[in-house]
Amino acid sequence: MIEIKNKSLVHDLTPEIVSTSRKWYFIFGIFVIIWAVGIYALVQQIDKGHIVTGMRDNVVWGIYIVNFIFFMGLSYAGALISGVLHLFKSNWRAPVIRFAELITVISLCIGPFFIFFCIGRLDRLPFLFAFPRIQSPITWDVIAIITDLFGCFIFLYLSLIEDFAILRDTTDITIKPWKKKLYRILALGYLGTEKQYKILSQAKNIMAAMIIAIAIIVYSVLAWIFGVTLQPGWHSTIFGPYFVIAAVFSGTGLLIILMQLFRKIYRLEKYITKKHFINVGVLLLIIAAFYGYFTFSDYLTKWYGSVKMDKILIDKLFEDYYLMFIFANYLGILIPIIIVGIPRFRTIRNIVIAAVIALVGLWFNRYIIVVPTLESPFLPIQDFRMDFVKYSPTWIEWALTAAGVSIFGIFMMLVSKLAPLVSISEMEDSEDNRKP
Amino acid sequence: MVNDKSDKSRRKFLKNIGTGLGAISIGGASAIAGNKIIGSSGEKVRVLTAEGKVVEVDKDALKELKRETNERRETAREGIPNRKFIMVIDLAKCANARKCVEACQEGHMLPKDHEWIKLYSIQDAEHTAPYWLPRPCFHCDNPLCVSVCPVGATYKRDDGIVLVDSKRCIGCKFCMTGCPYSARSFHWKDPEAEVPEDHVYDPELNIPPVEGTVGKCVFCADKLRNNELPRCVQACPMGALYFGDLVEDAITNGAETLRFSETMEQKHGYRYLEELGTHPSVYYLPPVNRLFDYDSGMEGLSEQDRKRYKDTGPRDAKK
Repeated sequence: MIEIKNKSLVHDLTPEIVSTSRKWYFIFGIFVIIWAVGIYALVQQIDKGHIVTGMRDNVVWGIYIVNFIFFMGLSYAGALISGVLHLFKSNWRAPVIRFAELITVISLCIGPFFIFFCIGRLDRLPFLFAFPRIQSPITWDVIAIITDLFGCFIFLYLSLIEDFAILRDTTDITIKPWKKKLYRILALGYLGTEKQYKILSQAKNIMAAMIIAIAIIVYSVLAWIFGVTLQPGWHSTIFGPYFVIAAVFSGTGLLIILMQLFRKIYRLEKYITKKHFINVGVLLLIIAAFYGYFTFSDYLTKWYGSVKMDKILIDKLFEDYYLMFIFANYLGILIPIIIVGIPRFRTIRNIVIAAVIALVGLWFNRYIIVVPTLESPFLPIQDFRMDFVKYSPTWIEWALTAAGVSIFGIFMMLVSKLAPLVSISEMEDSEDNRKP
Repeated sequence: MVNDKSDKSRRKFLKNIGTGLGAISIGGASAIAGNKIIGSSGEKVRVLTAEGKVVEVDKDALKELKRETNERRETAREGIPNRKFIMVIDLAKCANARKCVEACQEGHMLPKDHEWIKLYSIQDAEHTAPYWLPRPCFHCDNPLCVSVCPVGATYKRDDGIVLVDSKRCIGCKFCMTGCPYSARSFHWKDPEAEVPEDHVYDPELNIPPVEGTVGKCVFCADKLRNNELPRCVQACPMGALYFGDLVEDAITNGAETLRFSETMEQKHGYRYLEELGTHPSVYYLPPVNRLFDYDSGMEGLSEQDRKRYKDTGPRDAKK
C-alpha cells in the first residue's frame, strides 16, 4: 500500500482519469477529423500513385522526410531532456519530466510513418528485414530506431510504475473498476517498499543514461543518411552533432508549448509555475546559442569558399528561399535568445511565443536543408516540366503532415485518460514527503 | 561452399542450353533441377534455342516456365565473365539528335518523360563554349547508389554494370539522392506498359517498368549477352557513342573500332566530375574540332525540348 502524504496531489493531477470533460471530447473530435482527412489523402496517394505528391525526379524527398526528421528530432530531444533532468536530479524537473518522456515515445511512434508515406512500394517494406544490407545508412537507421523505441518505452514505463501503484491504491478519487484492474496489472505489484524503491530508481538511472546515449547515436545516424551522400549542403562533417542540437532545440520548444497547453486545460497553474517556464526557457536559450553557432559555421564555410556547387546552393537559398532562410535561421534562433535572455521579457506568454517560433523555425530549417539541395544537383536540372524543377508540396502532403500533428494530440489525450501527465510520484519526491 | 558451386554450375548449364526462349525451356533443365524422370510420348516438337538453332525435342520434355520465375533475377546478378564494359562519348560528334533517347525509351518501354540517357546543354564557365552532353548511367566502379541501397535491389556486377532489380526495389529513393549525376528516375505513377504474355522478367532488360520503383540505364545488358551493341549506340546517327571492353582495350560505335587506350591518349579523354571519386565507366572526349556547332542541336527539336534548354539551361555559365 502506497501512502501519499499530500492528498491534493492525486486529486489535482488526475482530472481526466476520473471523468471526461465535454471539452476533451470536442478537442478530440477535431483531432480525429484532421486525422481522417489525412487518411483520405493517404488512400488517394496509394490509389493514384506518388504522382499526387509534389515530389518528382529531382526533389525525391519532400516534406514527408522533413516531417520524419522533425518528429524523430522531437523524440530524441524528449529522451535527452528527460534523461538529463533525471540524471542530474534537477529539483524543478518534477512537473515537466513526464511531458518530455511522452514527447519521446509518441513522436517516435509517429516519425517512421512519414517514411512509409515516402517509399514507393509500401508492400515491400518487409524486404528491409528480409534482405538487409548493413552498408546502407537506412539499415543503420532501422536498427537504431527499433533500439530507441524499446529503450524509450522501457524508460517511460519505469517512470509510470509508481504512479500506477498510487492510482491502484488511492481511495481519494473514484476510478472506474476496469481502470483499477488495469493499474493493478501495470503496477507490477509495486508496493513502495525500500527495496523496491531502490531497484526502481536504479533501473531508472540506468535507462536514463542509456537513452541519452541512444538518442545521440540514433539521431546522428539519421543525420548521416544525408551526410554520407555527395550532395552539396548535405555532405557535411558536422551534420551529426548539428542535427542532435537542432533536435533538442525543437524538443525544448515543444515541451514549453505542451506545458502551457496542459497547464491551461487541466488547471495545473499551482504545479507548473513561472519558475518552470523560465528554467526550461533558459535551457532553450542555451540550446539556441549552440544551434545558432552550428548553423552559422555550417553556412559560413560553404559561403566563404568558392566551391561551385556550394555557391549554387547558397545563391538558391538567398534567392528562392530568402524569407524562409531568414525566418528559420535568423528569427527562429535570435527571437528565443532575446526573449529569454532579457529578464524583462521573461513572461510565460513571451516564453511560449519564443517556443512556437523556435519550433516552427526549426521545421523550416529542416525544409531548407532537404529541398534546396535536391533542387541543385551537380548536373543542372533541364526540364520543361516546372514541377520537376521546383518542388511545391500538394494538399496530400500537407494533409498527411496535419494528420501527423493531430495524431500526436490524439495520443497525448488518450494517455491523459490513463496516466497522470504530471508525475505524482515525482511531485511527492520533490516535496520531500517521502523518504527513500 | 559446395552448394554455391553447384548452384553456379547449374546456372551456367542453364545459360548454355539457352533459357532465352522465355516461355518454354527444354525439359532437361527441370530434370537437372531434380524434379522427375521425363517420359517419352514419341511426339516431337521443334523449338528455337537462344543461339538461333532449331532443335527437335520430345513433347513431354517441354515445360512451361512460370512468368514469375526468379531465374533471370539471379543470373542477372552475375556479370558476363572476363568483361569490363565501358562507354566513350565523343562530344565533338554530338548534335543533340536525341535518337539515343528515343531508341532507349522504345527498347525499355519507358514513358516519354523517362530518359535513362539524357541530353544536357552544358556551359562550364561564362566564356567557354556550350556543348551537348549525353549522360547515360555512368556505371561507377565506386557506386554510391549501390552502397546506400538498404535491400540490395541495385547491385554492381563483375563486368562493371550496375543494375536495378525492380522486383526487389522498395522505392525509398535513397539511391537517387546518392547518385551525383541524376542518372536515376522514379516511376511516380503506373507506367502502363504492356509486355507480351510470355515475357520473363529480367533486370538486364528491366521491362516492364514498375510503379513505385527506381529505374536507370542498364547499358543494355541483355544486348551485350547476345554480343550486340546497346540500343543508344546503335541508334546514334553521328557515331558519337562508342561502347567497348576495357579488358580487350577496344571500343566501337558500330562503324569504326578503336583502341581504347590510344583514343584516350590522342583525344585527351576524361570522366565527368572525376573529383567525386565515383570512378565512372563512361569516358568523354572533349568537344574539339566539332562536326556540328552547338546551335545546330537546337534545330529540329520539339517545342517542349526547345523550351527545356531555353528556360532551364545552361545554368553553370551564370556568374
